[in-house]
Amino acid sequence: MNETLNLVVGLAMGLNLIALGSSRLPTLIRAMSLQGMVLGVMPLLLEHERLDWRILLVAFATMAGKGVLIPSLLRRAMRAANIEREIEPFIGFVPSLLLGAGGTIAAMALARGLPLLPEHAGTLLVPGSLASILTGFILLIGRAKAISQVCGYLILENGIYLFGLLLIHSTPLLVESGILLDVTVGVFIIGIIVDRIQRAFDSLDTRKLTTLRE
Amino acid sequence: MNPLLLIIVPLIGAGLAALWPDNRTRPWFLPIVGLAHLAMTFWLFVNPPVVAADAWLGFDPLARAVLPVVSLLFVVCAAYGVSYLQIRLERPNRVFVALLLTILGLLSAGHQSRHLGLLWITTEAVTLASVPLLHFNGTPRAFEATWKYLLVGGTGIALSLLGSFCLGYASLQGGGVGDLTFPALMAQGATLSRPWVLTAWVLLLVGYGTKMGLAPMHTWKPDAYGEAPGIVGALMAGGVTTVAFTAILRVRSVVAASGEGPMADRTLLVIGLFSMLVAALFLLGTRDFKRMLAYSSVEHMGILCIGAALGAAGVAAALFHVWSNALTKGSLFLSAGNLRRAAGSPSMDDVRGMSLLTPRSAALFITGMFAVTACPPFGPFFSELLVLRAALATGHGLATAIFLGCALLAFFGLTRVVFGIVDGRPRPATRANGKKFVETAGVVAPPLVLLVMSLWLGLFTPTILREAWAAAVAQLFPTP
Repeated sequence: MNETLNLVVGLAMGLNLIALGSSRLPTLIRAMSLQGMVLGVMPLLLEHERLDWRILLVAFATMAGKGVLIPSLLRRAMRAANIEREIEPFIGFVPSLLLGAGGTIAAMALARGLPLLPEHAGTLLVPGSLASILTGFILLIGRAKAISQVCGYLILENGIYLFGLLLIHSTPLLVESGILLDVTVGVFIIGIIVDRIQRAFDSLDTRKLTTLRE
Repeated sequence: MNPLLLIIVPLIGAGLAALWPDNRTRPWFLPIVGLAHLAMTFWLFVNPPVVAADAWLGFDPLARAVLPVVSLLFVVCAAYGVSYLQIRLERPNRVFVALLLTILGLLSAGHQSRHLGLLWITTEAVTLASVPLLHFNGTPRAFEATWKYLLVGGTGIALSLLGSFCLGYASLQGGGVGDLTFPALMAQGATLSRPWVLTAWVLLLVGYGTKMGLAPMHTWKPDAYGEAPGIVGALMAGGVTTVAFTAILRVRSVVAASGEGPMADRTLLVIGLFSMLVAALFLLGTRDFKRMLAYSSVEHMGILCIGAALGAAGVAAALFHVWSNALTKGSLFLSAGNLRRAAGSPSMDDVRGMSLLTPRSAALFITGMFAVTACPPFGPFFSELLVLRAALATGHGLATAIFLGCALLAFFGLTRVVFGIVDGRPRPATRANGKKFVETAGVVAPPLVLLVMSLWLGLFTPTILREAWAAAVAQLFPTP
């Protein structure tokens, strides 16, 4: 079981690098949505005594929310704004790819230093989580288009979700469902704001959002 | 009485307001629900219920020490909101009214949350619910502020979730069975895994600190407060930030129970002093009187953190400061909202002579400015004095000196802007715009009431309030 899980976490980490290295927004969104799908499979791969309905619900909601719903919202925003590419990001594609790769290695090293329960010691969940969080931050800081920044935020959330899998047996359903609910609601609001920004500024380039400063 | 009503009643009110058809009468939901909430909170304050140790939600001593001021602030802001929304009838207020009531319900839930996960869910929900309030004015500047608020606030929320997970994992490693209520975590004490507790503390402090607006995570604050209507600024500075502060207090008590209390206090002290310093420096530079209030809020969040770092006496002083800051800052935001409407601009480059155009709001604004910079005999003077006494009693001489220096710089910064816009002769453009704004009782009385309450809090702090703060401190610092 652990090996399949590690393979899937590794896949998610690879998708991080694709997200960092691509200049085309559809690729970025596709990487993110695939990552959401992969994340949805993971709860099913964890070792359980028996598969109860709460785990199934988390898995299904993750796949539907992160894998289908949110990406389709972003695709619609992208078409409405008529943009395909991230041009002139704050952090270039090669530097961010290098940062991401270095961060992944650092995450592996850091995770080794943290004390883990025996049943989690062999999994890639903690390094995968740290690497995704870092990827999310790089995209948030390094990209200028609002859609890329939203993708960055979602990859950051994915990293936190990976960490949450460590606790899936001990935290009650309320916490898990709260997480999913909040992410979904958050994206609805982000979707609305992206739409409004596009109408107000006629662009989704956050470089134009510079009126408010000292 | 069931404390859950504090959450349910505002949420039902929000639902009804969302369904209410008439734009003109809908704002009345705000004071009606607010008064009901205040009455219930007051009743619970006088007759505190017994909270089961494993309850996820409950009107515990910490909620009792803070929630009444949030309710009080909401009622006064609601009264202001009725007059404000009558002036702004051109904009639909369905979402605005419904979300303000939702926020009241969620704040009640957040203050009463005794469970790490539930606390996170409610604070995140408050953040999301306040997003549409920020762009009520619909200007490009307002959307820019909202976007920055969403990105910075969202990242803060994400980090506090990660911190909550880390604290949960620390409990699992210590042999916990996944009970994430604060009393259970505190009972685990020294068995919590140290590395994970430290990681959790850093992440939760950054996460909830973003929500509070501590420097250097404060960058959303001037934009959001500068562009949002005054009533939203008042509620965010006095209500929403306090829920993050009580979250930090609750987490701190768990960290202290695990034996890392001195480290937690050191980080709180440093981040508090840094916030004061950053706020003071920006106050000396800003030319916008609404952004000025945001920096002043950053300064006061710093003071709260400094208080929280100074042991039992300091936390009691910080809870006092939560009250005095909420009331005084609320008054300032409301009177600033009046000035902003009358002047047509928030910048001291365009605005002068407001004492001639809107004499009452200008007088309130000046008095509020003196109150918030801790001039006696208003509330903030006494609460900051208590923080300083706690600092000196625990031997933090250098911190006291920095505190006083920053407070002095902030005083210079605030007086510079306030007298800049109040004094002089109004420009012709401002004069024409100001003629359209009438200082009715509806927009002048609420800030006046808040200011009088701040004065009352300073001069005659009720004994029952002091007892409530002491009980909250006893909850946070259990004697072994």
